[in-house]
Amino acid sequence: MSDFLLEAVHITKKFGDFAANDDVTLRLRPGEIHALLGENGAGKSTLVKMMYGALQPSEGELRWRGEAARIANPAAARALGIGMVFQHFSLFEALSVAENIALALPGDTDMKGLSARIERVSREYGLPLEPGALVADLSVGQRQRIEIVRCLLQEPSLLIMDEPTAVLTPQEADQLFVTLRRLASEGCAILYISHRLEEVKALCHEATVLRLGRVVAHVDPKQETAASLARHMVGIDVAAVSTRTAPAPGEAILKLDRVSLPADGPFGTALRDVSLEISGGEVVAIAGVAGNGQSELFDAVSGERLEGLTGMISIAGHACAVRGIKARRALGAAFVPEERLGHGAVPDFPLSQNVILTRFAVDDGMVRRGLVNLGLAGDVAGRVSGAFDVRTSRNDPEARSLSGGNLQKFVIGRELDRKPRLLVVNQPTWGVDAGAAAVIRQALIDLARDGSAVLVISQDLDEIFAIADRIAVISRGQLSAATPTAKIDREAIGLMMAGAHEVDDGGRAAS
Amino acid sequence: MTGLEAVILTIITASTPLLLAAIGELVVERSGVLNLGVEGMMVVGAVCGFATAYTTGSPYLGVLAGILAGMAMSLLFGFLTQTLATNQVASGLALTLLGLGLSGLIGESFTGLPGVKLQPIDIPVLSEIPFLGPILFGQDILVYISVALVFVVSHVMARTRTGLVIRAVGDNHHSAHALGYNVIAVRYGCILFGGACAGLSGAYLSLAYTPQWIENMTSGRGWIALALVVFATWIARRVLIGAYLFGTVWIMGLYAQALGIGIPSQVLSSFPYLITILVLVLISRNRTLTKINTPACIGQTFVPDR
Repeated sequence: MSDFLLEAVHITKKFGDFAANDDVTLRLRPGEIHALLGENGAGKSTLVKMMYGALQPSEGELRWRGEAARIANPAAARALGIGMVFQHFSLFEALSVAENIALALPGDTDMKGLSARIERVSREYGLPLEPGALVADLSVGQRQRIEIVRCLLQEPSLLIMDEPTAVLTPQEADQLFVTLRRLASEGCAILYISHRLEEVKALCHEATVLRLGRVVAHVDPKQETAASLARHMVGIDVAAVSTRTAPAPGEAILKLDRVSLPADGPFGTALRDVSLEISGGEVVAIAGVAGNGQSELFDAVSGERLEGLTGMISIAGHACAVRGIKARRALGAAFVPEERLGHGAVPDFPLSQNVILTRFAVDDGMVRRGLVNLGLAGDVAGRVSGAFDVRTSRNDPEARSLSGGNLQKFVIGRELDRKPRLLVVNQPTWGVDAGAAAVIRQALIDLARDGSAVLVISQDLDEIFAIADRIAVISRGQLSAATPTAKIDREAIGLMMAGAHEVDDGGRAAS
Repeated sequence: MTGLEAVILTIITASTPLLLAAIGELVVERSGVLNLGVEGMMVVGAVCGFATAYTTGSPYLGVLAGILAGMAMSLLFGFLTQTLATNQVASGLALTLLGLGLSGLIGESFTGLPGVKLQPIDIPVLSEIPFLGPILFGQDILVYISVALVFVVSHVMARTRTGLVIRAVGDNHHSAHALGYNVIAVRYGCILFGGACAGLSGAYLSLAYTPQWIENMTSGRGWIALALVVFATWIARRVLIGAYLFGTVWIMGLYAQALGIGIPSQVLSSFPYLITILVLVLISRNRTLTKINTPACIGQTFVPDR
């Protein structure tokens, strides 16, 4: 009998040529709370999906209590005693709490007895639940309780939690930690994925850090500082940043003053009192872990969502918190959303018609007496394709037929071609190859140096250091003050990504 | 036999095919699949049922053939939409067109031949009760089956594990997959059940309603069945109400025409649709209930990630 409960030994998982996990080894002991750390795309979710049987490793093996185990599917994982609480919950909104739980239990479960068991277990662990309630009516915190109780009813020996606190209020998170510590004291191992380093320090006994699919460190989080954990995660061997001359100070073009916006759906993040000022001539970047309010911030600035927004937004001196995207464009602003295909461009429209979609209201002559000027749109599409080296197989193809990098060059080029006074870009080089990324980054810097204000929302710290004059960090819908790039380093940003700057609103110190 | 009794008997025969097809489609849609090919599956069920009964002389073999033909059609739909992940709307429409064409081809040599009628099963003693007897206890087997199916489906959906899994798959196929359920397999099962019901419904038309084969004899009943499912807000018992309501108003319209009431026949024949919409809108006013019963994943293609 081995000391270890679950071992992942030399696990490699490939998707095509891309290795999401590369020779990963991880060992879990009973009663241990083990943190799994890493940036987005580091391979954490891939690894736990293999442990839960949702994916199969390409190489390497999993061992359960010392013996090689093939976990063919989630049911097999549950039979072994592995429970998982998903980041995006695996719940059914139209079903009741009891029905949701029954679906994860063996088929012969008696529904009447189940309700009583749910009530008993949920009371015992301080996770109150009403078995008959419909999931659609419950808060995010209550939904997570369902997932946890669902696992607890299977009396698991290992509980995997994928960013459980990302969607919780601080109070709900504290309550969760009490439950997890109690479970660990009863001998249950917990594999805990989180970006919140203070949480990890306080809760976990061991930590494994992944970067780009590889294990880069096994550490004892109690012996580390949040800063040293951040350094492991972000890595110090990334390329150094070239310094550039500071921009000439210009007038403020974008001003946000205490902007709040309710969350967009149950997995969204509400913006809380976001203030920011960007002057002509500078690039300001917003760093942060995905899902911390970036898309809400983009929607607030672009005017895609107006409902429920409070606070002041002004573009080029005009208050426009209640004005839509068209009015903001007319003030000289341009916006490039994160999702290029479907949001930034209509997949089945040719490039020329995609030009019309963002520019019909602001370009002279694009629309005349209700008729669109297809010739002019075609000229613009050709000009953008030429200037940004958008490689197309034929003249004016559908947006769908372009590769990701080419389409990204096009959607950014389409806005840059207008010479906007304000450009807001969400994830400018996401999924774009290095060459195209360099072109895009250079274009953003050039636009700012010509006197425009540029706001870049990005998860890529290399990119942020390469282009930003000032950096702010968003965490759980709160934005830190923007600090000049020269006065901030990766460790500090890592700390702020984990919530160091957050205004405490529940008596719980975030740093 | 009184006049009223005759009217009620025709209402039952008019409502039964709608009920059979709709209850099958309800299960399909509850699992998150929209099969617009009901009309096509029905008409192929009708011609295969008729042809088999005519050839063998046994209406029950005809019924069986109708069921199998409907299932074969639905299997094609399942293969396209589940295995090949094609668009459900387009595949369903194609299935209807295919069914109409195919049935015409198969049925060419059977047109105008005298059919084999599915005989009523008179339940002894009970069927001799005046008035109620022939109505409640003197029907053919498919009428009993259609009503029983409503209650069976209703019970299975609400009270059994199978029903829970079907509802779960229709509500959120990603969650169901994450929990280890085989979404595609569940949907295949439901699609086959829907095909069997549609085939049965078609067989009822060509073996009991009008025991003969006429090209396009389903004349839009498959589409009405589809609409009934939506208006019944995916609740089995409401399908029963809807189907009988539709049948009643339809037959009333025919009688009104026969009696020469001074309303244009076009208006009369649109009545069933209007009344059915009206009543079902009234009974489905409870928005929350409607929302809960609407399968959230309906019509969406699911491709598991591997």
